[in-house]
Amino acid sequence: MRETSLGLIFVLVLALPAQLLAQAETDSIPEAPTVLPARNLEAYDTPSDHGGSITLTWQGSLDDGAGRDVVTGYQVLRSETATGEFEVIAEVPKGVTSFTDNNVTDGSEYYYVALAVSAAGSSVPTLVTSAIPAQQWFNRARLNLLIIACILVFAITYFIYLSAAGRDLYIRKIAGLEAVNEAVGRATEMGRPILFIPGIQDMDNVQTVAGISLLGHIAKRTATYETKLEVPVSRSITMSTGRETVKQAYLEAGRPDLYNDDMVHYITDEQFGYVAAVDGIMVRERPAACFYLGAFFAESLILAETGNSIGAIQVAGTAMPTQLPFFVAACDYTLIGEELFAASAYLSQDRKMMGSLKGQDAGKAIAMGAIIAGVVIATLAAVSGSETLLHAYEWLRGLFSLNV
Amino acid sequence: MKRTIPLAITFIVGLSLIVAMFIPHDPFHGLDRNFSIFYDVIAVFAFILGGGNLLRVHFRKVQNKRRDWKYSIVTICGFFLMLGAGLLKIGVQEGFRGDFQGAGSLFQYLYDVTFQPLQATMFSLLAFFVASASYRAFRAKTREATILLVAAFIILLRPTPLGFYLTFWLPRQLDFLKIPNLSTWILSVPNMAGQRAIMIGIALGIVSTSLRLILGIERSYLGGEGKG
Repeated sequence: MRETSLGLIFVLVLALPAQLLAQAETDSIPEAPTVLPARNLEAYDTPSDHGGSITLTWQGSLDDGAGRDVVTGYQVLRSETATGEFEVIAEVPKGVTSFTDNNVTDGSEYYYVALAVSAAGSSVPTLVTSAIPAQQWFNRARLNLLIIACILVFAITYFIYLSAAGRDLYIRKIAGLEAVNEAVGRATEMGRPILFIPGIQDMDNVQTVAGISLLGHIAKRTATYETKLEVPVSRSITMSTGRETVKQAYLEAGRPDLYNDDMVHYITDEQFGYVAAVDGIMVRERPAACFYLGAFFAESLILAETGNSIGAIQVAGTAMPTQLPFFVAACDYTLIGEELFAASAYLSQDRKMMGSLKGQDAGKAIAMGAIIAGVVIATLAAVSGSETLLHAYEWLRGLFSLNV
Repeated sequence: MKRTIPLAITFIVGLSLIVAMFIPHDPFHGLDRNFSIFYDVIAVFAFILGGGNLLRVHFRKVQNKRRDWKYSIVTICGFFLMLGAGLLKIGVQEGFRGDFQGAGSLFQYLYDVTFQPLQATMFSLLAFFVASASYRAFRAKTREATILLVAAFIILLRPTPLGFYLTFWLPRQLDFLKIPNLSTWILSVPNMAGQRAIMIGIALGIVSTSLRLILGIERSYLGGEGKG
């Protein structure tokens, strides 16, 4: 009996406090939340934009992809006052930790909170943060582009100045342009017309402008040699511009009597309708020389092969890389990309224009230097594993990347 | 004056668009889009000019009974038929208030049964022209043409079963010589390098030409040489 009493006292003295302690510990742990909240919500005016936009970023909940992994998404809430009623403006899926609010007015302050959401409910909100949207005066993302553009513009204007000042600049011969005179002469001898196609794009395309510029030079020669010139076009504005160009060229050549408006005539805006008409002209009129100078698409080969089949001497030029192989395969001479843009300056032999070509070459030299530097740095970084070289490579790459 | 005003417009518009590229603030924001809309408005009016020119050329051809003048009759008839069907909304179930391409539209019918097949026919010609042009381009007359021929042959073989079976037996060490791998290499290394070189040249050419136009050095598009 005495042993039993002692045992009971032992239990009371030792076990009861332990039980009470455990009970107290349980009471001190708060009830587990449904889901842990998002953290460090930041709101700021979206940089380098036209205003009307606030960007929000936050750190994901510890239950997003880790922990209990119960987050299904986040809710972004907005209010126009710090203590006002917050309304849900967006819901983003789990793993996403940013949102751009494009429905804001410049100059007004907006307050935001974010909630992590799980199937069982929402977390407590983040701390309130605010931002005021505004328009920016400079797009910093395009700083690299501005620097490159400034260097190019400086190089081109510098060489234009040098050339205008009388410095002789070497410009390599472009076979395709040397052939222009030959083509016009051949057409004259054969008594057949010359066909000029300024591409199928409108005057807002710089390739069409380059093509029309060349048309002026060719028209002057056809006026001098009294050769028939035919310019079917697929855009009305190109027709008007082409007419003015040809008219002026005939005037300058002293043969306005040979000019008539129908030399430059409109066919259709439709790509293959235009091709069909031009092919028809080729087969019927059998021009001795065909010029394709401008922007071309799938019609390039159809035109050039038809021209080839009638035995015309063909000079093509375009800045559409996908069409260049077709022209190279089917034409006698092809102006590849930059040569099309250089053609007008080359044919005019105007000093200022020639200077701009030299400036273009300077730009190419810079591009080549940057490519070589990039290759060397990237190779060394890969071989040595140097962080510094890797950063230098990334910087160089960023410098030549277009950030929209 | 005839040249000064266009040159001034070119200078102002060109410069504004360059500035708009770097300044997102009003009034520069959206300037390119607005200018594009202006251009479209002008183009719509110019389209009437184009249509008028088309008719004039073909009417004159018929009138003077020039060579192949009968084709011009087809052109004129086609022009007026499509124009009439579209403008008068012939056949449109909802009547004149409906869309000119709506259900039952004669315009849409003509487009589907005439224009589209003709367009597809022209496009299909491309296949034959590719064959004839390739034949000439790939004749191994020079070293460059031979390289082109071999490269093209490898690339053409790539998607075919033959391309796989010809080289699948090569040992692991010669994996790079298997036609699918070789073809990928040709496309992504020498071909890509060449394309990029052309693209860089084009970009520089565009910058140079644009600068010449903005500064008024290039004036041939106004009907005269660069001098002046």
